[in-house]
Amino acid sequence: MSKEIKIRKGANIKLKGVAEKLYTNPANVSEIVLKPSDFPTLTPKLLVKVGDKVKAGTPLFFDKENDKILFTSPISGEVTEINRAEKRRIIDVKVKADGENTFEIFKQADPSTLSKEEVLDNLLKSGVWPLIRQRPFDVIANPNDKPKAIYVTALDTAPLAPDYGFIVHGKDEVFQLGLNALAKLTDGKVHLNVNGEDNPEDVFTNAKNVQINRVVGPHPAGNVGIQAHHIDPVNKGEVIWVLRALDVLTIGKLFKEGKYDASRTIAFVGSKVKSPKYVRTVLGANISDIINGNVEEGGRFISGNPLTGTQIAADGHLSYYDYQLTVIPEGGNNQFFGWIMPGLDKFSLSRTFCSWLTPNKVYDLNTNKNGEERAFVMTGEYEKVFPMDILPVYLVKAMITEDIDNMEKLGIYEVAPEDFALCEYGCTSKIETQKIVREALNLVKKECS
Amino acid sequence: MEALEKFMQKIKPKADGKFPLAHAVWDGTYTFLFVPGHTNHNGTHIKDGIDLKRTMIMVVLALVPALLFGIYNVGHQHFLATGQVVLGDHVCNLFWAKFIFGAMKVLPLIIVSYAVGLGVEFVFAAINKHAIQEGFLVSGMLIPLIMPVDVPLWMVAVATIFAVVIGKEVFGGTGMNVLNVALVTRAFLFFAYPTKMSGDQVWVSLGDCKAVDGFSGATPLGNAVQGGVDAIPSLMDSIIGFIPGSIGETSVIAIGLGALLLVITGIGSLRIMLSMFAGGLLVGLAYNTFGSNPFHQVPAIHQLMLGGFAFGAVFMATDPVTASQTATGKIIYGLFIGIIAMLIRVSNPAYPEGVMLAILLGNVFAPLIDNIVVSSNIKKRLKRLKTA
Repeated sequence: MSKEIKIRKGANIKLKGVAEKLYTNPANVSEIVLKPSDFPTLTPKLLVKVGDKVKAGTPLFFDKENDKILFTSPISGEVTEINRAEKRRIIDVKVKADGENTFEIFKQADPSTLSKEEVLDNLLKSGVWPLIRQRPFDVIANPNDKPKAIYVTALDTAPLAPDYGFIVHGKDEVFQLGLNALAKLTDGKVHLNVNGEDNPEDVFTNAKNVQINRVVGPHPAGNVGIQAHHIDPVNKGEVIWVLRALDVLTIGKLFKEGKYDASRTIAFVGSKVKSPKYVRTVLGANISDIINGNVEEGGRFISGNPLTGTQIAADGHLSYYDYQLTVIPEGGNNQFFGWIMPGLDKFSLSRTFCSWLTPNKVYDLNTNKNGEERAFVMTGEYEKVFPMDILPVYLVKAMITEDIDNMEKLGIYEVAPEDFALCEYGCTSKIETQKIVREALNLVKKECS
Repeated sequence: MEALEKFMQKIKPKADGKFPLAHAVWDGTYTFLFVPGHTNHNGTHIKDGIDLKRTMIMVVLALVPALLFGIYNVGHQHFLATGQVVLGDHVCNLFWAKFIFGAMKVLPLIIVSYAVGLGVEFVFAAINKHAIQEGFLVSGMLIPLIMPVDVPLWMVAVATIFAVVIGKEVFGGTGMNVLNVALVTRAFLFFAYPTKMSGDQVWVSLGDCKAVDGFSGATPLGNAVQGGVDAIPSLMDSIIGFIPGSIGETSVIAIGLGALLLVITGIGSLRIMLSMFAGGLLVGLAYNTFGSNPFHQVPAIHQLMLGGFAFGAVFMATDPVTASQTATGKIIYGLFIGIIAMLIRVSNPAYPEGVMLAILLGNVFAPLIDNIVVSSNIKKRLKRLKTA
């Protein structure tokens, strides 16, 4: 039953500033922000106005295309700001904490004893639903779909990523409740993909109601889409739902306590962090409460990992799906004859830098582009780090030319932008692959619905 | 460093000013001196150190052994022809004289190739208002290396203009061309000025001196086609490379050093190199087995060491833009070129060297080969849908 997946193509980028397996004092949460831009293709409709008092679990906005999908407040407090861009597009909704921690009440029961409809209803009403995403298109799952399987990844191979096992440790009951809820949602299997290299946490290996698969290999082995491709690939017309083990905790807490508990543990990492550790905070929290003087000057703040994350200000907010706050040095300096230097401090997927002779070296990379955008010249670069039976360059070229027919044939239904992150990292021509993939997914979704 | 940077910033012409050419030249020079400190804002926040400049420079570095050997060999062949050194005396006498004579002959070719080629590139960059792309850094070095030493400079200039404009820029510039630019240059000269590109007059530069009696300046392959198979140098000589030929193509050892660098850095495709040699070997062995005339009986391994086969396999066929792009396609592409090159060389007396034409043909077929590979990937996916 259990499958062993060996990923051979890919690369681990070893960066300075991995989190020590220790918790710092929980961060004070003064305010949170929900950004509709965290959810590609979403058109939000507001349900609150400035000045409204909300509890944790009170809906702030909903999805215009499906009014059952609600986005609820992670904390109790007062809506203080709603920022809009041109055409009144909503940028974000800010809630200031009132310190009272009041919660909306939802159903509290073991999902195994509930019907599928009751489980769905509880997830949707509480605002936990958007944690579940789907392939194709890498967007929030549509509750009306019948997914052929649900995939949960219990490992994150991205640079500086948090250790899911460390965070989930000791939360067996909540985690199992979350898996039970997922099991109700599909007629197919729920796959729990664990790290096959180390001994995975007991929480994962003791999980019931799921098929446990062991995944071995370098990044992007932890990407759930890559895992699904090797277990049972998505074909045209099929849907799978995907999420991460840490998301399952939030679902489990909903059914255990009957409330939307959006608190989460994140890894606070990067070479500019004085002592990188794990921090307890809340979804969408203002990062200045987390930083608290624990960083050096001249860093870039990234919600998420350095490959797929979003740049935020020093008083910005964590994004919906991120369990990582990374601070790495900001670049911007010209490099004299940079293209000929031996480059011992540069990590390259090619072997044109002497650094390939020291495979275990840990790097301190900055945000420099190290070159300028060019036409595609080199070949075989993307294939080297793209562990799917898909021809990445041909797919990307179909995306650039908006050739939907060919995108379909070449496998667009299986991919997400994050799967192309390493391709983009190592691209000689500095092409913004993830952006191209995201726009193409949006286009195909629009044309096909 | 800082002073230079300040100076460069001070003289920066406006991008949309009166002189777009000036801006293109400035931009090209500035980004050559400094990798600009642009940072990432979308997508990955960190990026690989590699860029197109570095990639191209690696190829140029890989060409250096062949270039140095070529320069020396030009002088060596000259003094051999004039009788000042004797056959077999490769390095003892006149070492520096050979080198200086060679440099006097080869450097002007390099200068003309770069000046003309980059000139055209700058003009197109200015017209199209884009930054100069690095493709010509390699082409500009390849062109002199695949020329006979006595080719007139103006011909190189004309051919380079033709190749860059018709071979590359009309398709959209670097990364878009169908045919290898350097080979277009050579093919242009080969068909437009055949007397300067083949025969027994152009491969060895005599200068103003007289050749000794019994001297033949033809390449081994040129000789062989005319029935002079006995004149083919020994296997050792053709590997070391003290024989007449295009400037950079004669020494398999020098080319091998370059190949090593390309393969270690991962820039040149080992797949293409090996499969091209395999294709050539296959046909060579077939000739050995079934051949009737003495040229057919030249051992297959020896054939691969002659002429431009090694140079073509390492530096020409592997050009990522014009080669097949899929992993499987690369193998088919290499085999195809190897087979065709050997067929043309041995069976067609009109062309003593078939590698150039074979690679150009391979370039033309590369998209077709890729298309077959891509369709098989598509079919696999469709089949999955049907069985599911």
